[in-house]
Amino acid sequence: MRIELRDTPFEPLAELARYQDGLATLRGRYGATACFIGTMRDFNEGEAVCGMYLEHYPGMTERELEKLVAEALERYGLLEALVIHRVGAIEPNQPIVLVAVWSAHRAAAFDGCRQIMEELKSRAPFWKRETLVETETSRWVARNTPG
Amino acid sequence: MTIKIKYFASLREQLGRAEDEYPAGPGLTVADLWTRLWPDRPLPPNTLAAVNQEYADLGRLLADGDEVAFFPPVTGG
Repeated sequence: MRIELRDTPFEPLAELARYQDGLATLRGRYGATACFIGTMRDFNEGEAVCGMYLEHYPGMTERELEKLVAEALERYGLLEALVIHRVGAIEPNQPIVLVAVWSAHRAAAFDGCRQIMEELKSRAPFWKRETLVETETSRWVARNTPG
Repeated sequence: MTIKIKYFASLREQLGRAEDEYPAGPGLTVADLWTRLWPDRPLPPNTLAAVNQEYADLGRLLADGDEVAFFPPVTGG
């Protein structure tokens, strides 16, 4: 398992490829890789958005991510998992989060990846503050979209 | 020994401060701590609490050296 918080932009597909290249001991054992990439939109709740700041709780954020990933590894019998999440200032079209999991078969990979993402959304201490194009003011995002 | 308190995101801005300290005492819960720190300000609905960087309910008893955090619903991902 690897959990990383990044304060600079990252390339999710390159990160995924690099991590999978490093999984030497799992070669031949995984038949399924599932991933989710979350990218910043340029709109939210009907308004144009030009930037965002992601605040987190250093220490607790990493700890909560480790816990929820360990739960998914256990529940679905996943072989490996990688989570990278941005913090700090983000611009539209930049990736915010990568979740990737490896398992023997596809059902565990799809379901495990989904569980990590949903638990991350509801438990991991991150808070988004977005800047609106029209008024050039910023507002806290009050809640996540349901799915 | 004291209890260290942290506030995050919109709650931190509403309160105008990021951190507090409060003397630990017997029988003090997370809810009591809020009331002692902010007697004129009820805990905003939906506020989440953590003790030593793990989610905790408001009835949780506090001990010397605990780190308590109050924050709004999370919006990562």
